[in-house]
Amino acid sequence: MEITDYFTDYTLRTITLGTAVLGAICGMLGSFAVLRKQSLLGDAISHAALPGIAVAFLITGAKDANVLLLGALVSGLIGVFWIRGITTKTHLKTDTALGLILSLFFGFGMLLLTYIQKQPNANQAGLDKYLFGQAATLVESDVKLMIIVTGISLLVMLLFWKEFKLLLFDKNYAMTLGFNTKFIDGLISFFIVLAIVIGLQTVGVVLMSAMLLAPAAAARQWTNSLSVMVLLAAIFGIFSGVFGTAISASQPNLSTGPVIVLVASVFVVISFIFSPGRGVLFKQLRLVRNRRELELKKTLYFMYDIVRKHDDVSRPHSIRILNNFQGFTKSTLSKLAEKNWITIQGQSWSMTNTGFDVASNLYNKNLPES
Amino acid sequence: MSPMLEIQLIAAITAAACAIPGVFLVLRKMALISDAISHSILPGIVIGFFITHDLASPWLIIFAAFSGIITVVLVELIQKTGLVKEDTAIGLVFPALFSIGVILIAQHANDVHLDIDAVLLGDLAFAPFDRWIVEGSDLGPKGLWTISVILLISLMLLLAYYKELKLSTFDIGLSSALGFSPVLMHYGLMSVASVTTVAAFDAVGAILVVALMIAPAATAYLLTTDLKKMIFLSVLFGVSSAIGGYWMARGLDASISGSITTVLGLLFLLVYLFAPSKGLIAVLSKQSRQRIEVSLITFLLHLNNHDSVEERRVGHLQEHINWQRVRANSVLELAVKNNMINIKDQVVELTPKGLAFTERALDYILTNKDEKIEDMKDDFFLFRG
Repeated sequence: MEITDYFTDYTLRTITLGTAVLGAICGMLGSFAVLRKQSLLGDAISHAALPGIAVAFLITGAKDANVLLLGALVSGLIGVFWIRGITTKTHLKTDTALGLILSLFFGFGMLLLTYIQKQPNANQAGLDKYLFGQAATLVESDVKLMIIVTGISLLVMLLFWKEFKLLLFDKNYAMTLGFNTKFIDGLISFFIVLAIVIGLQTVGVVLMSAMLLAPAAAARQWTNSLSVMVLLAAIFGIFSGVFGTAISASQPNLSTGPVIVLVASVFVVISFIFSPGRGVLFKQLRLVRNRRELELKKTLYFMYDIVRKHDDVSRPHSIRILNNFQGFTKSTLSKLAEKNWITIQGQSWSMTNTGFDVASNLYNKNLPES
Repeated sequence: MSPMLEIQLIAAITAAACAIPGVFLVLRKMALISDAISHSILPGIVIGFFITHDLASPWLIIFAAFSGIITVVLVELIQKTGLVKEDTAIGLVFPALFSIGVILIAQHANDVHLDIDAVLLGDLAFAPFDRWIVEGSDLGPKGLWTISVILLISLMLLLAYYKELKLSTFDIGLSSALGFSPVLMHYGLMSVASVTTVAAFDAVGAILVVALMIAPAATAYLLTTDLKKMIFLSVLFGVSSAIGGYWMARGLDASISGSITTVLGLLFLLVYLFAPSKGLIAVLSKQSRQRIEVSLITFLLHLNNHDSVEERRVGHLQEHINWQRVRANSVLELAVKNNMINIKDQVVELTPKGLAFTERALDYILTNKDEKIEDMKDDFFLFRG
């Protein structure tokens, strides 16, 4: 396995290109799914697409990838509409509706698949690649289809950018402005279903939802701007696809789909921990810093309480009288001195005028001057 | 016992065992946790297998249940950071764990008799072949014993903690105020769900477990709001679809788990459409009736506001309130039927009853008190036509 193989090995090149394009479209559209709090819709749809594949095969009897994908698209859309029907017309909640559609459609699909397998038709082998996905079966025409679909969804996204954004963040406002929210809603859902269906062959039913979610969830941590998030998610998706394919190609017995998902999960973990604004690490650091600051101020206020009883602010007091106060250590004292709030001479300290002002204003910062 | 009977028995008991935690998962809006658990127990099973080298070892169940609980904990951990919503957390955790499982299997494909297809889809048809033999005597299939024990345990837990479970499901605040720990209930339920999932999925596969947990409970939820009835109904639905599904699979010569799910799906579809007060048809007809009721009130208020004869001509009204002809006619008919209006020479006039009603309606709209409108309907024998 050499780097140059990517440019010379036709199969590998095709697969890498395919997974990269898939990562891009999934990241792009996944951002909308995540922000619409429909993260698991992808999971439900990818399972719901299975009976469509089986029915398409039963009707046509041929294993033309495009026909099968069309079947998957139709049955995925039926799933979406039924989920919406369940949540809007009954008191069942979204999670129940998703779980229902996911398992019921998938079970029905399995019934059809096993039924097909018993048929005296030798053509059916390989339908189960849609279950777990086989990136290795990607051929140039598949990749072309992916690129076309990605292009179309990019175009639609740019065309309807304003509407999508508005619907995403303030549906009611979009309605009052006279946008046809049902249409826009349907459009987003349609493209999410399309992305899922396109990816089924590569990563399979089970892992498809992660392809949709992980890049978007990772991208969300780095930015609060929708356009940046979509772009970042697409980039994360592309990298997951390329790295995943490379890693799985470098070792025998490594299936591509799971490796791509794991790479995407690594992106998520890194983003969760290291993103400067929202990441766990920096949040923890900020927490610690704030806590220290609070301790410092507490010590200062305690000193202020002592100093207040005397006329002369800068009168030295012995450090020992602080002993019954928990919040102070040698380092807090020296930090206070560093800030020029107190001065330390030997075993005693005295408050400066700035320190006195800061302390007296500590608790009435938010109060209007009265 | 014949294998046929044994398969049906296993399917029925599995369905019952899944239905009980399923009810609580649906009520607690955690239905998708079962999906997550059913996928993420895969690495637990694989690792357990590497250690024991025995697919039938009870350690496998323990490992798998443990990884199910890890899933729940991980989801909660991610959720607690506030970085993503709960559903996203679920969607991130289980594919990652499932991927690890798949890769582990693929890496050791040669020396592991473990098939992802089998794990994901299960096969009831082979369950009777794995028998429990003690000192030469045949005690029946192992799967049957495992799932029966689990059903028994969850039944006992349900009976022992019914009150606490009910309380913590419907009112977390009250239950913690009364000193029952909702956290304990939560993890208890999660453990039962995990163990049940593991035992069930051995027989019926990961996806069917989800169907068996959610579908009966959701179907029952459309029919009743009484917890006891709901549990009873979901067990009933689960068991009957299990047996129905078995016979359907025999007829079609297809996968048993697929057939059971399909029967569950058909059952749900039926109830979804025809449930007496919460079904689609009932809801739609209720909505259209409410629409007509609102139209009627609007119409009567309009009449009350306009005294001149010109304003009250039938044709004019259609233009004035901007209704379609059909809708206008149905509202007019309803009003006449209820004795609210008289129509003389195409001029509409409020009857004394209509006038009284309109005054009340106006009062209702102005004060905006919810309870009044129901009384109003009764007082005037309205909307029965």
